[in-house]
Amino acid sequence: MLDDFLIRAGLAALGTALAAGGLGCFVVWRRMAYFGDATAHAAILGVALALGQGMAVFPGVLGVALAMALAVHALSGRGLAHDTLLGVLSHGALALGLVAVALTGGVRVDLDLYLFGDVLTVGRADLAWIWSGATLVGLVLWWRWQALLTATLNPDLAHASGIDPRRESLVLTLLLAAVVAVAIKVVGALLITALLIIPAAAARSLARTPEAMAALSVGAAALAALGGLQLALWLDTPVGPSIVCVAVTLFAGSLPLRALAQGRG
Amino acid sequence: MSRLVKDRLIEGRGLEFRRGPEPVLVGVDMSIARGEIVTVVGPNGSGKSTLLRLLIGALRPERGEVIRAPGLRIGYVPQSLSIDPTLPLTVRRFLDLPRRVGDAEAARALAQSGAAGLEQRQMVGLSGGQFQRVLLARAVLCTPDLLILDEPTQGLDQPGSAAFYRRIDELRRDLGCAVLMVSHELHVVMSASDRVICLNGHICCEGTPEVVSAAPAYRELFGTGTGGALALYRHEHDHDHSGHDHSSHSHAGHR
Repeated sequence: MLDDFLIRAGLAALGTALAAGGLGCFVVWRRMAYFGDATAHAAILGVALALGQGMAVFPGVLGVALAMALAVHALSGRGLAHDTLLGVLSHGALALGLVAVALTGGVRVDLDLYLFGDVLTVGRADLAWIWSGATLVGLVLWWRWQALLTATLNPDLAHASGIDPRRESLVLTLLLAAVVAVAIKVVGALLITALLIIPAAAARSLARTPEAMAALSVGAAALAALGGLQLALWLDTPVGPSIVCVAVTLFAGSLPLRALAQGRG
Repeated sequence: MSRLVKDRLIEGRGLEFRRGPEPVLVGVDMSIARGEIVTVVGPNGSGKSTLLRLLIGALRPERGEVIRAPGLRIGYVPQSLSIDPTLPLTVRRFLDLPRRVGDAEAARALAQSGAAGLEQRQMVGLSGGQFQRVLLARAVLCTPDLLILDEPTQGLDQPGSAAFYRRIDELRRDLGCAVLMVSHELHVVMSASDRVICLNGHICCEGTPEVVSAAPAYRELFGTGTGGALALYRHEHDHDHSGHDHSSHSHAGHR
């Protein structure tokens, strides 16, 4: 069954959607969108390094994304305005990555593949990476949910209950790096943040609890992933951007529902 | 690791904290015993919230140490809690943080805190008073040994805050917990406390409400002659014992 490239593409998109949909809620609640961008852009540098060394792309992307995420985590709260810092790191990493890819010379790299993703070229090994990563993200979120939520709500509340909010923030940082590695072949470095934020934003209108929002967000992400793949096949458009277009449509569709929910009180 | 005297829940020894070059707290020694109500009063910027945050472990002192009784459970009511509008949160779900509780337990805590029946409301849709009572309900759910409240009645009107303090007193009796509060509502608080700590970067004076309200340092900080009427008073002070400088500093409060 995995021999069919379409089945593989569908599974890859679905795995990515599940991980991004769940983690995306925290990205929205904690206003980490720019953080997501910085980590995702660093992935291009990871691609360059991996190809330069003749390694597989996934470990390279994961490694550099982790390094970037840890750097941002360590630098945060040291005085410099957070979004300025992230802006520097995000665009710095993207530019450095693009230069590094050009410098790797000999190897002809199809950059579009990593900037916008190409889920139709996903192989069995990619699928194994994607689903291991997605499963790991899901399990860690499940395991630490209460602590993550408490720390997200208010760091002092967390401290008073014996939860270290810095540690929970580090957990989210590491998960973000994992999602970047999972998603790079599916939607590409430039649109990973979209897959994190848009399904969660669409879910917000209908949810009354954090868990409901996470479940709806995962659902919206899965719908966008499979719908986007279908759309790309019909229209012969790139898959990553098509997935994001479907997600945006879902978000737009959720807005009137929000008005209804508020009208109901 | 230092040990606590029996019956003490938490103790700060020689606490010092700076924000940049400015000392916020210097040489603060304090402790709370099982079951007592202690109130910290002091002008704005006197380090009251910093002291509480040192005690709950949200800040690390630059000097000194905070010692907690083993297994100490703290219920904390923050001064304010801004909930991001993207985070949907019912009152019931909020009470489940950080530990899930049963419906009956949640309903009891809400009733004890004067917020009965609010379970299905969204946190962001509550009035100021309701919100404070829900914060209190969450804090008592862990059956705390020590309830810590930072300006719990900010934004409540006079009768509202008086009722809130009566409720704290009832809760203390029901739960047998100690209470540490920060407040600037001197007169309400003074009558409800076993012990008052008057803070202004350091401990100016402390003791029973009678002792503190008669102490020169307290009178210097908060002025006299506000007895009785609801008075808005200003107070310029330039007291300089312990050598750190509070530049001319005014404090407006009301009772």
